[in-house]
Amino acid sequence: MDGIIDKTHGAGGSATAELIRDIFREAFSNDYLEPLSDSAVLPPADGKKIAFTTDSYVVKPVFFPGGDIGRLAVCGTVNDLLMSGAVPAYITAGYILEEGLDIQDLKKIVCSMADTARESGVKIVTGDTKVVEPADPGEPGLMINTSGIGFVDISTDISPANIRPGDAVLVSGCLGDHHAAILGSRMSIKNNILSDAAPLVCMVSGLIGSGICIHAMRDITRGGLATILNEFSSSSGLHIRIEETAIPVSEEVRGFCGILGLDPLYMGNEGKCVFVLPEEDQDKALDIIRRSPYGEKAEVIGKVTSDPADVTMRTAIGGVKIVSPLYGEGLPRIC
Amino acid sequence: MRSCALWKSYRSGVMKLSDAAEYLKEYKGRELRLMEVCGTHTAGIVQNGIPSMLSERIRLISGPGCPVCVTVTEYIDRLIALSHEPGNVIVSFGDLLRVPGSAGSLNQARAQGADIRFVYSPSEMLTFAKKDRYRTFIFAAVGFETTAPVFASMLSQAEEEGIDNIRLLTSLKTMPKAIRRVSDGIDGFLAPGHVAVIAGTDAYKRLSEELGVPFVVSGFTGKELTAALYALVRLAGKEEAGFLNLYPRAVKSGGNGKARAAVRSFFEAGDAAWRGMGLIQGSGLYLREKYIKYDAGSRNLDMDRNVKGCRCSEVITGKCDPGDCPLFFTKCTPEHPVGACMVSQEGACFNCMKNRI
Repeated sequence: MDGIIDKTHGAGGSATAELIRDIFREAFSNDYLEPLSDSAVLPPADGKKIAFTTDSYVVKPVFFPGGDIGRLAVCGTVNDLLMSGAVPAYITAGYILEEGLDIQDLKKIVCSMADTARESGVKIVTGDTKVVEPADPGEPGLMINTSGIGFVDISTDISPANIRPGDAVLVSGCLGDHHAAILGSRMSIKNNILSDAAPLVCMVSGLIGSGICIHAMRDITRGGLATILNEFSSSSGLHIRIEETAIPVSEEVRGFCGILGLDPLYMGNEGKCVFVLPEEDQDKALDIIRRSPYGEKAEVIGKVTSDPADVTMRTAIGGVKIVSPLYGEGLPRIC
Repeated sequence: MRSCALWKSYRSGVMKLSDAAEYLKEYKGRELRLMEVCGTHTAGIVQNGIPSMLSERIRLISGPGCPVCVTVTEYIDRLIALSHEPGNVIVSFGDLLRVPGSAGSLNQARAQGADIRFVYSPSEMLTFAKKDRYRTFIFAAVGFETTAPVFASMLSQAEEEGIDNIRLLTSLKTMPKAIRRVSDGIDGFLAPGHVAVIAGTDAYKRLSEELGVPFVVSGFTGKELTAALYALVRLAGKEEAGFLNLYPRAVKSGGNGKARAAVRSFFEAGDAAWRGMGLIQGSGLYLREKYIKYDAGSRNLDMDRNVKGCRCSEVITGKCDPGDCPLFFTKCTPEHPVGACMVSQEGACFNCMKNRI
């Protein structure tokens, strides 16, 4: 199937049927999708709690160094499920395609979604397609919504309210990669920075499976690490102190941020998360994370204290600063 | 370490950062009011937690070096008026879109249907203009000596390629005269590093002699700022004037000759209104007559209407702290800024609130 997307692909007639058959069904094929009925009928939850989430992806450009909007749309929803302690199982895929989109580009994006779903162990079980006029006729793109279902053990309870004084704070790798890759791509700044878009299934299931009691975890997306730590501090009523020298940031991203006046603490990732867990488990956890895919640069970056709720950072030159949440509009949309 | 020996080790380039930091924390000399002129220094100081490293006798005051913060309301009003004229597209750096004029901001104008785009580099406007020759693209050219060469370079390219559907609404300013205007009660200045890269250091040497206070040009890293503050406190504490360039890897006394020549070929000096400071003779840059076809009506935009209660004007001139303003963090927040100092990432109020100092 070649050519470009036009209104007929969203009209529900033969062109739509061809698109579904040749692009989506071909890539996503599985038992729940196959009947192609109005809804996917899934097996019973088997005594587990159900985690349910949704997110929309509107990033431009749709292909960027290290990934594309399809990989992002699967990783984002899979990681959101993981952060609730769920094992991700099923996701949906809703497409808003702009007229003029190259069908080969769509195919690449859909294949990327299928690959990422396989890597994450989830099935894409239902979907929808609409066609709209392009916002910028010179650059027709697409938007994707994914919703996801995962299963959580009855006993699992991961919440910032569980954070205790003495807990260790860990991040799973270098900050800012996705954000810098998107901005660099938009601004045509040549560099080797790749998006970190990745599903963190092995890392999180490894930690939960090892019996480590994770008090809180969150994937570091828009708003960055700083905003998440502030939410943790305010939900738990405790103080979080981090060390600037312990926070992993790649040399390239550091240089990129230096030029543009950006702060990696406020930049988004799509394959990194922050964990808060008991201090006695920090070494074991760090070892598990570092041995997982996408976790080799993990570090312990700080700890929780009983001081008044706030987030502070000891800077590289020995000063202490308050780490505020992201204020204002922040940086351009990146997912 | 004794103060004299420390100064000697500093002058010979072997002083440790920890010694400078200890000196700043333990300083017991006369009370000092030091001004960092440049907005990027303000952000760097907060970013590195430097206020926590200073003795209570050292007070840092943010100066007029945030371009968005010193822009008067009539300039914003003119941009908004231009944005509503058919066929016009306003192009701007992001911060400016949120600055309130006397009746709304560019962001509000955009929500009402005006075509207003934000870019990271002025050269992006040339790409827009080449794609769409039937519309006029107007850049909100706000900045200091540092930004002016970028606009000169863009105009030079436009001349070469014959792109005639671009305009600039300029609010370009030069720093030395504004520093003189706010120098009352200031015991020493961290001179603006980026500006000095382009403009050189001669003007700051002269100002130091004229005002009888020290000027230290600083870089932007935590170490560079600590070293520069050490030198400044050492000089100001002894009431010595003097000029030091502690950013020699980037700043030469004559500045960047090529950039200055490019600016001179397109722009000439003229009077400019600064928020909180009024009209300062010869402190603005305007397009020369030869290039007036690129001007969108930049001269005489001097009116400034602060919202009732907003003390931005006094904050910029060091007459009050952001926390003294009745609107600070009550009506004026980063999400809903009333004054420009809360809009810009380099603004005194934004940084003060970020560090809650």
